[in-house]
Amino acid sequence: MTKQEALFEYLLRNADDSLILGHRLSEWCGHGPILEEDIALTNISLDLIGQATELYKYAAEVEGKGRTEDDLAFLRLEKEYKNVLLVEQTNGDFGKTITRQFFFDHFEHLLYEGLSKSKDERIAAIATKTLKEIKYHLKHSSEWMIRLGDGTEESHERVQESVTDLSRFTEELFFQDEVDEILIKEGIIPNVKDYRIAYEKSIAAVLEEATLVLPEKDGNSMAEEKEFTLNIWVIYWPNCNICREHIQGWNGKLITNNECLNYELCSLPIRNS
Amino acid sequence: MTVEDIWEMLEDVTDPEVPVLTVVDLGVVRDVVQLGDKQWKIIITPTYTGCPAMQVIEDDIKARLSKEGLETEVELVLSPAWTTDWLSENGRKKLEEYGITPPQDEGDKSVLFGEKPLIPCPRCKSKNTRLVSQFGSTACKAHYQCNDCQEPFDYFKCLK
Repeated sequence: MTKQEALFEYLLRNADDSLILGHRLSEWCGHGPILEEDIALTNISLDLIGQATELYKYAAEVEGKGRTEDDLAFLRLEKEYKNVLLVEQTNGDFGKTITRQFFFDHFEHLLYEGLSKSKDERIAAIATKTLKEIKYHLKHSSEWMIRLGDGTEESHERVQESVTDLSRFTEELFFQDEVDEILIKEGIIPNVKDYRIAYEKSIAAVLEEATLVLPEKDGNSMAEEKEFTLNIWVIYWPNCNICREHIQGWNGKLITNNECLNYELCSLPIRNS
Repeated sequence: MTVEDIWEMLEDVTDPEVPVLTVVDLGVVRDVVQLGDKQWKIIITPTYTGCPAMQVIEDDIKARLSKEGLETEVELVLSPAWTTDWLSENGRKKLEEYGITPPQDEGDKSVLFGEKPLIPCPRCKSKNTRLVSQFGSTACKAHYQCNDCQEPFDYFKCLK
């Protein structure tokens, strides 16, 4: 793997994390528990999608095949997304959305602080810019963890359930492979392994104040739950005129048999998207 | 046409979300470069990465300069990252008159649960106000309410 390939892959991974989480949060638009939170969640969503745009733009340039940031964001099949599983977990109740955000924000805060010192000027610029926004996200999710955890009996119980459920996905945030090794050597990205203790500490400090506890670690901590991505409403997916089933494909262009794939119910030709 | 003339024209381009501010007040315009006889390059930087106003600002800048028969290229740069310190003194005054509290010096705040700054009400100037939400009607604003006159108001939050 060349440095360029590694860089492209790394940018795509991080952009996908931001895009998918931003997309998830945008599902709250018009459904927030209170108006202020509806606005807050969609504001954070906007920041994340903005962040993803910058990373995709750079990735497209690094790749040099004429693809744009929109191509990278939308014109891939769902199995080709490289995001961590944490960000694609369904919204659940408000407590679960906040918990997911909380686990991610604390990681992103450490990561982007490291990236802001990258030897790659472009990455450093993107990270410096987004770090300012991440600080607000971090504060938002952490304050809510405390409010919900140390709130009523019901809020405590529900948010504790989400902590127990989602904490197993935090392990993946620290996974590394050849891509990371190449870029760490070049001084382009920090070694996230060095952040592990800081991450656990900052999570623990908030959880303690929130009277919440992390579950005991077991060997089998992360399940294969990739199917969650399928639940994301991708507007580029055409739907069948007859049964309204969403079909995987981009504006119908990549559908070869030109038929609705909902065989059991429909299987009629698609007339348009 | 001099660089100063171009800066003057840019004073006519306002922020679509906070129309009382020009892009110059906001500190979004970073540089003006002459490329040719009638060609100019304007370098801008976003306030927030996801700010949906940037495209509109770019189009508005091009439209304003084309009125004088000029061709414009707009370049978006991220570094150095925009900070609320770049809001002009004039811009801060205009914001306050408009009913939005300009960014206050929040000091060296710690990231988590730092000291909360005193945000004055733009209407009655009382500092007895409360934060309703850190996220307001646009990415750059927080939502506050005055405890004295009850006015709900936007605060142009600090970004450093």
